[in-house]
Amino acid sequence: MPISKDEVRYIAHLGRLGLTPEEIEHFQGQLEGILAYIDKLKSLDVKEVEPTAHVLDISNVLRQDAPQPPLETEKALRIAPQREGDFYKVPRVIE
Amino acid sequence: MSLNALTATALLERLRVQKATPEALRADLKKRFAGVEQRVRAFARPPDFKAPPASADGPLKDIPVVIKDNICSNGEATECCSKILAGFVAPYDATVVTKLKEAGAFIQGKANMDEFAFGSSCETSCFYPTRNPWDLKRVPGGSSGGSAACVAADEAVMALGSDTGGSIRQPAAFCGVVGMKPTYGRVSRYGLIAFASSLDQIGPLTKDVRDNALLLRTIAGRDERDATSVNVPVPDYTKALGRDVKGLRVGLPREYFIEGMDPEVRAALDGAVALLKKHGVAFLEVSLPHTEYAVATYYIVGTAEASSNLERYDGVQYGLRRLDPSNKEDAALAAMYKKTRGEGFGPEAKRRIILGTYVLSSGYYEAYYGRALKVRTLIRRDFEEVFAECDLIATPTSPSAAFRLGEKTDDPLSMYLSDIYTISANLAGLPALSVPCGMTKSGLPIGLQILGRPFDEEGIYRLAHFYEQKTPWHTMKPKL
Repeated sequence: MPISKDEVRYIAHLGRLGLTPEEIEHFQGQLEGILAYIDKLKSLDVKEVEPTAHVLDISNVLRQDAPQPPLETEKALRIAPQREGDFYKVPRVIE
Repeated sequence: MSLNALTATALLERLRVQKATPEALRADLKKRFAGVEQRVRAFARPPDFKAPPASADGPLKDIPVVIKDNICSNGEATECCSKILAGFVAPYDATVVTKLKEAGAFIQGKANMDEFAFGSSCETSCFYPTRNPWDLKRVPGGSSGGSAACVAADEAVMALGSDTGGSIRQPAAFCGVVGMKPTYGRVSRYGLIAFASSLDQIGPLTKDVRDNALLLRTIAGRDERDATSVNVPVPDYTKALGRDVKGLRVGLPREYFIEGMDPEVRAALDGAVALLKKHGVAFLEVSLPHTEYAVATYYIVGTAEASSNLERYDGVQYGLRRLDPSNKEDAALAAMYKKTRGEGFGPEAKRRIILGTYVLSSGYYEAYYGRALKVRTLIRRDFEEVFAECDLIATPTSPSAAFRLGEKTDDPLSMYLSDIYTISANLAGLPALSVPCGMTKSGLPIGLQILGRPFDEEGIYRLAHFYEQKTPWHTMKPKL
């Protein structure tokens, strides 16, 4: 299935992935090759088959609704690229 | 023999009778590291070889364990061999690390790996590729290539890896060590940096089957912090060792004996089958009819889950951050996400994010992801049918022995296809182990894969141990 450069650009945008024009060209070709391979699944009739999202026979896992010690704020913020007080700092979101 | 070359089982005995000391063991490991690491490059960063904090009294007392760089250990660098996690110091211990410490073991260091475990050769690490200790021009396999190589090179006693599509078993086969991917849900994934959450499992890489059983017993079990870990009692796996194998029924799936299986691999497998037959194992030809769809299913499910799991690397809470004032199309925050991710992820991670995002995107979701989940059901059912008549399944671990560095790096599809025998166990959630079963003429190890029913790691260990004890392969060491 042919994939256009615009499609690769759009997918990269959805994944918030900055790509160079060379990368877009490179991945365009590779994506086409991989999709051509995985298209073999289309030859199977799966109309009556239930999906498997994961293999365990469990649906809900419950526990006591009791507070546990959380990860300390300071421990979490110590590895932040930028902080202000007890907050993560990021570039302005609303102009 | 230097202490670093011994199994954990042998070391524990020497330590117990005081024929060896923890200090002497650390000194031997340090010496070995100094002697071979520059050529093998099994570690993500050099261990410090300092005395660990006082250890608990437990079944692995004073035994050092190397862990893959995607397993968090409190206060230590854990970078998944990715630039996007450069400088990341884990703020807590993974449950497997807690369990190791409770058992008296300590973390010796972090092993090199493919970036985010994306790869089958250890070449996508952002640091450097690891080399195969048996032939330094060849790959150790991946993604747990560092974990396998450090054990094979006697730079470590035992190691942990993670396996999403073969990432423990394939490097174990390439490096001539024993590697187990446990049943999905057997080992807690808490603190394992997620790749594909419905497929990932942590497991042991060791010098022999007994060590493997010992290490799995230590790390297995239900964990409140991982809702997918299952409350099934953990047996003492070492008790399964030494039992007779007479009457075991082992399936040989005809779909695995295909064009592309190297004749030397085929001969090694035939040899293992003949030996086990002589000791009363019954082999049956069985069919796993959906085998040819496993790789395609895996590269949809695996990349879909990976693209979702990797959303968190955005430059906000930890790891790399890059601003991009030159981007006029996006708001400053979105520009930061794109620049951070564009610079932080390597080519294979980008490829998988693109593929995973594509198969989940509106208009393609049902055609790719939805369909792959249904094919996954068909693959599971194949195994259920075979396990109704067989106790275990035997296959080669990989269609060939270790390939050369660079041989498959420009051809992602050919790299993906090298996982053809290992992927199904992850899709079906089954336990599977690789044990050395031969050497090629050029001196490269070959692996035998044994798969079992869910939570029957004991049955796998029983057969693997019996086979190992009748053959010389596990005693061979690479010349370094």
